[in-house]
Amino acid sequence: MSAVDQLFEKLRSEHQKALMPFVTAGDPDVEFTQAVLKEIVGRGAHLCEVGIPYSDPIADGPVIQASYTRALKHKIKLDPILEMLGRATTEINAPVVTMVSYAIVYRHGLEAYCDDVRAAGVDGLIVPDLPVEESPQLARICADRQLSLIQLVTPTTPRERALKICETSSGFVYYVSVTGITGERTELPPDIVENVGWLRQQTSLPICIGFGINKPEHVKLLAPVADGLIVGSAIVRRIAEAAKRPRDTVLREVGDYVTDLLAAF
Amino acid sequence: MSTTTTQMAANPCVPDATGRFGQFGGRYVPETLIRALDQLADEYAKVKADDEFQTELTRLLRDFVGRPSPLYHARRLSEHCGGAQIYFKREDVNHTGAHKINNTIGQCLLTLRMGKGRVIAETGAGQHGVATATACAHFGLPCIVYMGEEDIRRQKPNVFSMKLLGAEVRPVTSGSRTLRDAINEAMRDWMASVGDTHYILGSVVGPHPFPQIVRDFQSVIGRETIEQCRGRLGRLPDTVVACVGGGSNAAGMFYPFVEHGDVELVGVEAGGRSDQPGDHASPLTYGKPGVLHGSFSYVMQDEDGQTCDVHSMSAGLDYPGVGPEHSYWKETGRVNYTSCQDMTAMDAFDATAANEGIMPALETSHAVAKAMELARERKHDEVIVVCLSGRGDKDAMEIARLKGVDFG
Repeated sequence: MSAVDQLFEKLRSEHQKALMPFVTAGDPDVEFTQAVLKEIVGRGAHLCEVGIPYSDPIADGPVIQASYTRALKHKIKLDPILEMLGRATTEINAPVVTMVSYAIVYRHGLEAYCDDVRAAGVDGLIVPDLPVEESPQLARICADRQLSLIQLVTPTTPRERALKICETSSGFVYYVSVTGITGERTELPPDIVENVGWLRQQTSLPICIGFGINKPEHVKLLAPVADGLIVGSAIVRRIAEAAKRPRDTVLREVGDYVTDLLAAF
Repeated sequence: MSTTTTQMAANPCVPDATGRFGQFGGRYVPETLIRALDQLADEYAKVKADDEFQTELTRLLRDFVGRPSPLYHARRLSEHCGGAQIYFKREDVNHTGAHKINNTIGQCLLTLRMGKGRVIAETGAGQHGVATATACAHFGLPCIVYMGEEDIRRQKPNVFSMKLLGAEVRPVTSGSRTLRDAINEAMRDWMASVGDTHYILGSVVGPHPFPQIVRDFQSVIGRETIEQCRGRLGRLPDTVVACVGGGSNAAGMFYPFVEHGDVELVGVEAGGRSDQPGDHASPLTYGKPGVLHGSFSYVMQDEDGQTCDVHSMSAGLDYPGVGPEHSYWKETGRVNYTSCQDMTAMDAFDATAANEGIMPALETSHAVAKAMELARERKHDEVIVVCLSGRGDKDAMEIARLKGVDFG
């Protein structure tokens, strides 16, 4: 059982929902990422998703792409990111999962990547470019290390396939709200509630919804049907301000935003 | 999945149902695209066996593209080298001046079959963009071409041609602003538009089934070459040479030859300025297996898996990855991959222009250079066929710049 499983077990017994902010590692530097993780968990975020910068992120919209580009421009490497996560996970009381491209996992070595993130206190992996057919090897390696390998279901996923994904996913199922890339949306597709409701009847795994969520109204609409909500670009956009303004101010604003979202649950 | 040094014979019956060429290929893309890729694979399997589709494709290749392209004996260039006989498979005389149109016509027909009403494409140098815009204009399909801002600056005439042909050219400002980023951006568009849009990938790269589809549509090059050699020479060539960026002209030329084990196949990558990282675009020569743009193949990456910047004077070879089937052919030893530096390719361009009255594309010049080198070592009765993948008119300004000619 991973820390992610334990978290959702606890939340479910308390009839609570999870807020999972996404933060890009190393934007603008690892020290600030560590400070952000501490701030958002301090404000009540239940789980943190940390994006490992990648040069060619095809599933990401302009905001997260730009954060990766900024981090890579400062020559950010995997080792200092893992060292930072090792420090961060000792000072926050919430599970951390990495959002990471398979290009990076493969080059680092599947087992080595899992060993190293585990040593850094990480509890799970989301590998957005690793479809279920290609995932058995990594799934085994994760399972051996009490790491969750969280898989995605999208609006284009046929229902039969969604069942297969639920069978192999661990920790939770990541339901992608929109057909498209990451990024804030004014409106979300009207059929999300129905689709997630259907999925809910098929699996006992927790379901978290991500992509496009940025407003308290979205939280109000989706929190009742999901176990958790993932907010990425809206956080990353606020962090991007750190390069231009005092870091304390930016930290406080990110924290206030998390507080606002939590209030809508 | 480590690289193995054990060599086995290359199987022409690849990829398998999961899109694997040996250990290479597969699908490493977001879940959102899986259904569209499944649909594409299903539809492609149907048209492959559909006589009506194949007849229509053959008719268009004849009447619109101008196939079969000639097999031309480059006598004076052969004499200049003083060894084996060099032949050119003249893809440069196709409509739009390169092999790219073989694929775009086929994929536009597929688009119509799938009932999709919008086409997107990526382009680096602009050749695939022009070929896609041309095919879309022919079929009346709306066409959007993603192109890196840096490439738009370098390839203004092709950008203008695409617009004249009715395509919308969307500048890509992310990352290195070149081909690699144009592919990323086209994939992102497709993530949101899969319902009504087909993505016409221009090379034998990307997730399954693209490497197979593009190879098959380009294989007309190799099939014609075999027929022409048998008809003219009464035998197959000794050696076949093609340049490799993503690898579409080479895959189309080599694939029909794979089963003819006594024909030597040589793929030539861009050696750029030097063998130092960042100075070349030769993943098969200097890279390692990894994941880029949805498939597992040789790639130029750093130790963290970040894609490296690459260089070639020819925009069409300036790509950090390569099609998975080439990785498979490398691993099985069926194709010998080598690289050729910018200046050697430029010398081959000059020799071909001066001796044959043919200006090959800078991409193609890499293959010509290797063929000339091999010809010098070989006997007079040996035959080397070069895939003359494109014409060099598009490169006139770049060649002038490299030679220090200023038009003022």
